[in-house]
Amino acid sequence: MNSIRRFIEKAGWPRIIIAMLLLSLFIVAPSVGVRVDQSITDTIVRFGMNGILVLGMVPMVQTGCGLNFGLPLGIIAGLLGATISIELGLTGLAGFAGAMVLAAPFALLFGWSYGKLLNRVKGDEMMIATYVGFSSVSFMCMMWMLLPYHSSKMIWGYGGAGLRTTISLEGFWLHILDNFLTVRIGSNFMFPTGMILFFAFMALIMWAFFHTKTGTAMTAVGSNPDYARAAGINVDKMRTISVIMSTVYGAIGILVFQQSFGFIQLYNGPFFMALPAVAAILIGGASVNKANITNVVIGTILFQGILTMTPSVINSAIQSDLSEVVRIIVSDGMIVYALTRVTRKSR
Amino acid sequence: MTEQQPLLHMQGITKEYFGNRVLTDVTLDINRGEVLGLVGENGAGKSTLMNILFGMSVIVQTGGYTGSVSIDGKEVNFQNPFDALKAGIGMVHQEFSLIPGFTATENILLNGEILHDNIVTKIFGPRLKTLNLPEMRAIAEKSIELLGVEISPDTLVAEMPVGHKQFTELAREIHRPEMKLLVLDEPTAVLTESEAQVLLTSLRRLAATGIAIIFITHRLQEILDICDRIVILRDGQVVKEVATSDTDIGQVAELMVGRSVSAKSAATEDYNESTETILSVDQLWVDMPGETVRDVSLEVHKGEIFGIGGLAGQGKLGIPNGIMGLYPAGGAVILHGKPTRLNDPAAALAAGMAFVSEDRRGVGLLLEEALDWNIAFTAMQAQNKFLRPLLGGLIQWRDDKAIQNVATEYIKALDIKCTSTDQPAQELSGGNQQKICLAKAFAVQPDVLFVSEPTRGIDVGAKALVLEALRTYNRKNGTTIIMISSELEELRSICDRIAIVDEGRIAGILPPSATAKEFGLLMIGKVKSEANSHE
Amino acid sequence: MTRKTGFKDTISRLFIGNAVPIMFIILIAFAIPLSGFSSGYLIQEMVTRLGRDSFLVLSLLLPIMAGMGLNFGIVLGAMSGQIGIILVTNWGISGVGGLFLAMAVATPLAVLMGWIAGVVLNRAKGREMVTSLILGYFINGVYQLVVLYIMGKIIPIKNSAIVLSRGYGIRNAIDLKGMRQSLDKLIPLKIGDIPIPVATFIFIALLCLFIWWFAKTKLGHDMRAVGQDMAVAEDSGIKVERTRIIAIILSTVLACYGQIIFLQNIGTLNTYNSHDQTATFAVAALLIGGASVVRASIPNVFIGVILFHLMFVVAPVAGKELMGSAMIGEYFRVFVSYGIIAVSIVLYSWKRVKERERARRSLRGTKEL
Repeated sequence: MNSIRRFIEKAGWPRIIIAMLLLSLFIVAPSVGVRVDQSITDTIVRFGMNGILVLGMVPMVQTGCGLNFGLPLGIIAGLLGATISIELGLTGLAGFAGAMVLAAPFALLFGWSYGKLLNRVKGDEMMIATYVGFSSVSFMCMMWMLLPYHSSKMIWGYGGAGLRTTISLEGFWLHILDNFLTVRIGSNFMFPTGMILFFAFMALIMWAFFHTKTGTAMTAVGSNPDYARAAGINVDKMRTISVIMSTVYGAIGILVFQQSFGFIQLYNGPFFMALPAVAAILIGGASVNKANITNVVIGTILFQGILTMTPSVINSAIQSDLSEVVRIIVSDGMIVYALTRVTRKSR
Repeated sequence: MTEQQPLLHMQGITKEYFGNRVLTDVTLDINRGEVLGLVGENGAGKSTLMNILFGMSVIVQTGGYTGSVSIDGKEVNFQNPFDALKAGIGMVHQEFSLIPGFTATENILLNGEILHDNIVTKIFGPRLKTLNLPEMRAIAEKSIELLGVEISPDTLVAEMPVGHKQFTELAREIHRPEMKLLVLDEPTAVLTESEAQVLLTSLRRLAATGIAIIFITHRLQEILDICDRIVILRDGQVVKEVATSDTDIGQVAELMVGRSVSAKSAATEDYNESTETILSVDQLWVDMPGETVRDVSLEVHKGEIFGIGGLAGQGKLGIPNGIMGLYPAGGAVILHGKPTRLNDPAAALAAGMAFVSEDRRGVGLLLEEALDWNIAFTAMQAQNKFLRPLLGGLIQWRDDKAIQNVATEYIKALDIKCTSTDQPAQELSGGNQQKICLAKAFAVQPDVLFVSEPTRGIDVGAKALVLEALRTYNRKNGTTIIMISSELEELRSICDRIAIVDEGRIAGILPPSATAKEFGLLMIGKVKSEANSHE
Repeated sequence: MTRKTGFKDTISRLFIGNAVPIMFIILIAFAIPLSGFSSGYLIQEMVTRLGRDSFLVLSLLLPIMAGMGLNFGIVLGAMSGQIGIILVTNWGISGVGGLFLAMAVATPLAVLMGWIAGVVLNRAKGREMVTSLILGYFINGVYQLVVLYIMGKIIPIKNSAIVLSRGYGIRNAIDLKGMRQSLDKLIPLKIGDIPIPVATFIFIALLCLFIWWFAKTKLGHDMRAVGQDMAVAEDSGIKVERTRIIAIILSTVLACYGQIIFLQNIGTLNTYNSHDQTATFAVAALLIGGASVVRASIPNVFIGVILFHLMFVVAPVAGKELMGSAMIGEYFRVFVSYGIIAVSIVLYSWKRVKERERARRSLRGTKEL
């Protein structure tokens, strides 16, 4: 009894409820005609698509900058990389790698300036991050129309100016990670080895980083900035590094997302991309100022599992599409819950 | 004065915090129109006594108190400060409790506004009554006038000089017709000398109207100037109650700090004045809120334990915090003959100094992290210890094994009670947390170690252990230790020399064998003000 | 201080204090000739939009007074209002009577929503704005659940014109023909060619009067005290948390009425989208009017609504003339809405950090300076 209580305390009610919900969805699935193997495949694929975006939350949370609602900034860097890579006519692995390399300078620049900004507004990071994200997305809406792209694959065909809202990756680097060493069992189960390996690689880098001197210092900054300062650490510098890391992960994350999804979504596409990532890491057990890679993995599986299962199972069961509503309630409810948790008093 | 019932009578007040007795059988009377001075060192029990009087929740939460409090002969037991306020007892705190964007009038009548009825009130209740500003203004004006100062009731508090804010606070307390007893906690601390004089005059005027005043300050001269009687608290007991006319500043100071010194400092005997200077501080100022250092110069000798004492708020804590770069500072700090960079904690650490902060939970520890991190972190970051270079030094990999080893070593050496090196620091008791802070500083292996309030908030047994650990470390490694403490006895038991800080300056340096009176006079600024008058 | 320097001071302070509105006036002054709109058309648009939006923007004032920042949670009120309208439309009650009934039906719901928001925000002190924003998203999910699945199933909806063909759930768009401009046209008046929504303006004027009066009540006074320093207010015996909850409830209820007024002017309820941008646009308008996160006045509201909507009307056409694409102008106005909010919050936060530093410095002795 005691150990159950301790487990509940450690895992937190929301996580347990969501895990139970997911479990029951899997149990119910066969009885309403939903194939479990197919569902598992979908969950794994979506985990791979979103995992790196969620990983990008970790550095900023760890240094006490809060949840990165400014993730769209990183996504924009990724979009710039992808579109420039296509513009240069790169395809296949070269195209995908090119997109990453081209996105990197943008991500570094955006992250650096965004980090400098957040250092001046300590205490209000999350609100400002949200609106920095929103306004940069809407600014880029104008830029997508104005920037001098020429590739016929990307611009409006009929005399219109600017890029299309969605650009197909067919013929560029569609499923380049998904299809690497893919394991197929039967016609309904597929394991996207390449994408999961890539996630593991990115997670490994993150894990390793937090085992270096700088990574250790960043954790201390988030845990107690005054302690860190007394130990001779430049708190603002650590925060800036964390924001740059988050932004770079956002850029790489969106590229991985797109190669599996099949399209580049421009314009309003990145608007609300931060919320699912934020919700996922919170569901994984992170708080506003503490997160680790386990939180990322558990949270992304649970959250994406729910998103996969609710449309298929509930639609089959009651013939109506609740998925959108469930997504909103689970993700935003989780964020509100996290924001109302009492955390270390801000200094 | 005719024999009358005292306005306030506190009888046999005893209070314990977690088995720690802070007040023992305190009895105190005050009559109408009387000004009573309450003096004592930090931790003598003044604030606890006042908390009991005001029914502060901290008292109830820690198990209440024994003894009785009566007002006008009727026993009272206030549940919260508002009860006390209703009974006519008010308090002016050291920190201002004012709304900056409100006028003097609005602040004086805060939550006591004069209200008009209107139609809506009948339905929606009294909170929709409108404010009667003219009448409020008149009351505020009268209250300010009673103090004998000139402040426009329409001035915004944000635009007032500090002195006027203090008077606004005072006016707020006395505007109530039922006000009988006023408690003032260090009201002159933030005032200039002339402002303080005006305040003292105001207080006498108030007393003349029949209001009783309890005046808490460390500035003994002020007490002697305006109080009728003085009550001296020490270690939670009333050591003396005396009419002002029957005493002098020296006696009060001695009573305040004096204690029979039993723990004769062993260090003193082999202390050698002629050893070389390791650290010299010249004209240091530090901008630390509440602990401002104005102009401190001193020299510390190699291998000694140097004590810094003084009353709270005088700046003794600002000295280590400034030298270690935690607060903006200026002046010169010379270690080993080389000047160190101020305002840069990394430079201070690199120069060979370490600091155990008085703010254990705020600055000293990573509460949520494991003990090994807490101990090793500073040494790792400042001196690249416990790191393994990978890829030819490109990556500085954390050596978890080494961290654990050093943590285990110090946990054993300092006898820290914990389950393992992985335990989060917040789960330890105060005394063990303090030892973790010491271990953190020891791990840096400093030449000069600052230890600030090492025994604050820990129990008696742990205190002795912490002091013992410091002394051992000093002997074994020859490390120079500068210890800052509010407890004079503690300093006298371990230090070779003791400097007393008053109003941001060094009032004097004494050997631990100096008398209580000598220390007391330095603390209350008596010596310095005499010196000033000779200038 | 002499009168002369005072005058010069006042002018420069006027410019610095109102930098945002002045910037927008300049921007719009360039854009209007580009757009080629006639002044008559623009005046008519502004009159309409003042009537449509002012009430919503006014609902933001009380939480600012109570120190809770920009209340993005007014969407909760907007959603309550929409539920009121859906129910009244279902009952087939139209005209201005239906409008007031919708308000009456929605009020208890708005009070409940406001109370929930208040309790949640009390648990998120110091990050009220981001919490109210996300809370708005969350309640939007609950709203969709209710309107899309529960209405017609558990809550009986008989009017087939508003129910989806599958038998439950509310249609995407509801034509409010009975209610359309019922308040605007209640007292008909035309000046030249421009119809004036007199009754709506009276409503707005009454609200302004209420806010002005409310600031003089004990409750309003307490709100100001709480807004400036919660700890001091608490020490003086003011019930801080209760006062904050009341501020949010009032704001939510007013937003609920505001949304109903907004919708009667538009004439169509987009069940799932009408409230999406309510908070963003109201907040942006208020900020463009010269308000900040901690200070907002009634003039800010009206100046803001006019400037914001001038930009809104003019931007797409000006964009087309300038860049050859109306979309650019549309994206531009969205960018401005978000950008102005971002900049305002940054400036506010920046100032707060600076002030904290200055407060610390004021404790420093005078000698070393």
